[in-house]
Amino acid sequence: MKCHEIVEALGGKIVACSDESLLDKEYETAFATDLMSDALALIQDSPETTVLITGLCNPQSLRTAEMLDVGMIVFVRGKKLSDDLIEIAKGMDTVVATSPFTMYETCGNLYMLGLGGIYGYSAS
Amino acid sequence: MATVLHKEFIIERDDYDNAGNASSRIKQTLAQLGVPSPILRRIAVAAYEAEINMIIHAWGGKITVDVDDTGKIRIEFRDPGPGIPDLSKALTPGWSTASPKARELGFGAGMGLPNIKRVSDDFDIKSSPEGTTLTLGFNAL
Repeated sequence: MKCHEIVEALGGKIVACSDESLLDKEYETAFATDLMSDALALIQDSPETTVLITGLCNPQSLRTAEMLDVGMIVFVRGKKLSDDLIEIAKGMDTVVATSPFTMYETCGNLYMLGLGGIYGYSAS
Repeated sequence: MATVLHKEFIIERDDYDNAGNASSRIKQTLAQLGVPSPILRRIAVAAYEAEINMIIHAWGGKITVDVDDTGKIRIEFRDPGPGIPDLSKALTPGWSTASPKARELGFGAGMGLPNIKRVSDDFDIKSSPEGTTLTLGFNAL
């Protein structure tokens, strides 16, 4: 799925995007967690085409995405990012978006639309 | 063998707000030197995990980055204590002594040191009550 298709499918919002062309970037997998240790340990293959889905709305989730080269991060439950977080996000190559759904619903929606997991499971 | 880069970063005790800033700067600096992405990612993950450890487990410390002209990257994380009581347990995936504050940040799953070891080419750690020194090596060429 393309980045903008993910946001549209969720009825979400783009919070930060340093380059418009990033909205057309294709994503193949997603990983959902509030535990950044898990993301750092488990997102090993193709992080550039992996979406990080989290409810952890703090600088550490953005830094984790930055260190891993994760291309897109989605904050669930319509969480509002602080001005400080938005400033960090604007300085990154990662697209930052929000989803109005819970983490479970966000994952379910995207899974059914073909975005698979990092262990290779997918609905299609 | 000549030094291409030498940088030091001071990590303040309990500086949760800036956790990850040093690792971000290390990643940017090494990217400017032309370190390839897959290696850069491994370095960034290791540096970030170790920087977080200095803030949530230690009393701050100093990160020293050295790059030589053979492409060898050495990063040392030195803290003034309180030390790791049982290193073998600390290297066991899932074992953690993290505080509730660390867990609030999204850390404390007991994956830090094992993950650092996994992504590093060279890994050495020494710890006593006077402090811990973690030395990592990466081959950028």
